[in-house]
Amino acid sequence: MALQVIEHFPVFIVGLSMFLAYTMLLAGYLNRRLPFFMALAWNSFCLILSLFILEHVLTVGPIRYWQGGWRPPWGIEYVVDAMNAYLLVIVISLIILGLIYSRGNVRHEIEEKKHVTFYVLVQLMACGLYGITVTGDLFNMFIWLEIASLTAYALIAVAGGRALRPAYNYVIMGSIGACFYIFGVCWLYSVTGTLNFADMRLLLPLVYDNKAVQMAFAMIVVGIMVKAYIFPLHLWQPDVYTYAPSTISSMMASVHVKVMFYILLRMFYSVFTLEFIRHYIGLDLLICWVAAIAILAGSIWAIKQRNLKRMLAYSSVSQMGYILLGLGLSPLSPWGLVGAAAHILNHAIGKGCLFMCAGAIGQQEGLRDIRDFVGLGKKMPHVCAAFTIAALSMIGVPLTAGFASKLFLIVASLDAAQYSFVAVLLLSSLLNLVYFWRVIDQMYFAKHEGTENATEVNEKGKSLPLSMVAPILILASLCIIMGIIWLTDIPLPLINHILSNLRMGVTI
Amino acid sequence: MVEVEWIVQHVLEKYNYWMSMFIIIIGLSACIIKENFLKKLIGLSIFQTAFFLWVVSLGDVGRNIMFTWGLKTQTPPILWKEAQEMGYIYANPLPHVLMLTGIVVSAATTAVALAIVIRIYQLYGTIEESEIIEKEKEFESRGVI
Repeated sequence: MALQVIEHFPVFIVGLSMFLAYTMLLAGYLNRRLPFFMALAWNSFCLILSLFILEHVLTVGPIRYWQGGWRPPWGIEYVVDAMNAYLLVIVISLIILGLIYSRGNVRHEIEEKKHVTFYVLVQLMACGLYGITVTGDLFNMFIWLEIASLTAYALIAVAGGRALRPAYNYVIMGSIGACFYIFGVCWLYSVTGTLNFADMRLLLPLVYDNKAVQMAFAMIVVGIMVKAYIFPLHLWQPDVYTYAPSTISSMMASVHVKVMFYILLRMFYSVFTLEFIRHYIGLDLLICWVAAIAILAGSIWAIKQRNLKRMLAYSSVSQMGYILLGLGLSPLSPWGLVGAAAHILNHAIGKGCLFMCAGAIGQQEGLRDIRDFVGLGKKMPHVCAAFTIAALSMIGVPLTAGFASKLFLIVASLDAAQYSFVAVLLLSSLLNLVYFWRVIDQMYFAKHEGTENATEVNEKGKSLPLSMVAPILILASLCIIMGIIWLTDIPLPLINHILSNLRMGVTI
Repeated sequence: MVEVEWIVQHVLEKYNYWMSMFIIIIGLSACIIKENFLKKLIGLSIFQTAFFLWVVSLGDVGRNIMFTWGLKTQTPPILWKEAQEMGYIYANPLPHVLMLTGIVVSAATTAVALAIVIRIYQLYGTIEESEIIEKEKEFESRGVI
C-alpha cells in the first residue's frame, strides 16, 4: 500500500506545482505576500516527498508511473531512478534556498508590483525543472524544457535595463537550441516510431548505422549544449548572469543548467548507449577535449573580468566543462560518471552560494566591480566568509566539496589512461585560484585608497536581512559538510545505484 | 539512367524534406545575420514553422509518392470503413499531435520575445542591435543604467 502511494509522488510533485503556480496568481490579488509563502510551503513539502522518492528508489528500485494507465510505448511514462531522484532532491532544495534568499533580494532589485508574477514565474520554472527531472518521454521532456526556458527568459527580463538585450539573445539562442533538440527527437521518431526512453533504447541498436540516427544524436547534443552553455556555445550566458536578478542568477547557475545538462546525460545513457558513442560515432574523446578547452577557456576569461557576477558566469562555463569531462570519460572509466554526478551537486551548492554572495554585496554596499571590494571583509564578515569557503570549494581545496569531485575526475582520467586531462584539471585549479584569490585578496588584505568614498558607502548601506544571510551560510556550510561526506562511505549506495540504473555494468 | 534514378529516389520522392530544409535554412540564417531584433524573431518563427511542416509531412506513411503524387493513399486519421475496404492507409496522427503542442510552444516563445522587444524599444528607442550596444555604452558612461 505504502509503495503504491510513493509511486504517485513524481507526478504529484509536477502536476500540483503547475496547479499551484496559477493558484498563486489568484492568491496574489488577495495579498501580495501570499505567493511567496505558498511557494515556500509547497516546495518544502515537495522536498519531503522527494526524499521519500530517493529512499524508495535506493531500497526498492526505479519508479515507473504510466500516465492515465496507458502502457509505455503509447502513453507518457514517468521514470525515476537513482540519478533522477538524486537530482530532484538537489533541485528542490536549491529552489527552496533561492526562494528564501529572494525574500530580501527581490525587494531591492524588482519593482513591488511585479512581485506576484515573479513568484508565479519562479514556481513555473521550478515546475518545468521538476518535469524534466522525472519524465521518461522524449517529447514530454521538450515541453518541460520549454516551460523551464520560457519562464527563465521572462525572469531575466524582469530586471529591466541592461538585462533586456541579454534576455532577448537568450530567447533566440535558447529557442534555436530547443528546436535542434526536438529536431533530433523527431528524426529518431521517424526511424523508430517511438518516443519512450526505454523503448527507444531497445529499438535503436538495430539502426545505429543509420545516418539519420547519428545526425539526430548530433542535433540533440548541440541543442542541449546551447542550453547548458558548453564552451563554444556559451555566448549568451555571461551577459545574462551578469544582469539578471541575483536570485535568478543563483537559481540558473545552480539548478537550471544542471537540469539542462541532465538531459544530455539521459541521452547518453538511457536513449543512446555508451557503445554507440564509442564505436559508431567515436565521440567520447572529442567530448573530453571540448570539455578540456571549456575548462581552460572559461577560467582564462574569468581572470580577465572585473565585474564579480561576470567573473562567476565565466567560472560557470569552466565548471560545466568539468561535468562534461566526467561524462566524456565515463565510457572509459566509471569514475567519470561519479565525478560528473558529484560535481552536479558540488557546483550547485558552491556556485549558488557565490552568486548569492555577489547579490548580497551588490545590495548592501552597491558594489559590483572587484577593485572596489577593499576592506569588505570587515563590513560584511558573514558574507565574505561564506564567499571564501565557496571559492575554496570551487578551487578544490581538500575537505571542501570541490575537492571531492576534482579527485574523482583525476581518478577517472588516471583510470582511463588519459593523463593529459590530469594536467588540465591541475592547471585549471591553479587558474581558479588566480581569479578567486584576486577577490579574496581585495576583501581581506588590500589597503584602503579612497577612504572617504568607502565610509560614505558604508553609511548608505543597510544591514542584510536574515533571510538573505541564512541561505548563504547554509550553502557555505554544505560545501564543507559535503566535502567530508563525499570522502566517506555514506554516498556509496547512491553512487552504486546510479551506476547500475544507468547500466554502466560496474559498481565501485 | 543511374542519375535519373538517383534524382527520383533522393529528390522527387523526398521533395517534402528538401522544401522544408530550404525554408529552415532561410529562417536560421535570418536569425543569425539580421541585426534588427524583430527580423531575428521573424527568422525564428520561419525556422520553427518550417520544422513543423517537415514533421507533419512525416505523418505521410502511404505508398511511393512518385506513382501517386501523394493524392490517393492517404485518408485523415479516422477509422473510416469505406476507405479501409478500398485499401487506403490513414495518415499517422502522432506527428500532427506533437506539432500542435509545438505550435503552442512557438507561439509562447514569440509572445515572450515580442514583450522583451517592446521593453527594449521603450528603453533605447531602437531595435537595431548595433545601435543598442552604442546606447548601452553611452548610458553606462552617464550612469543611467
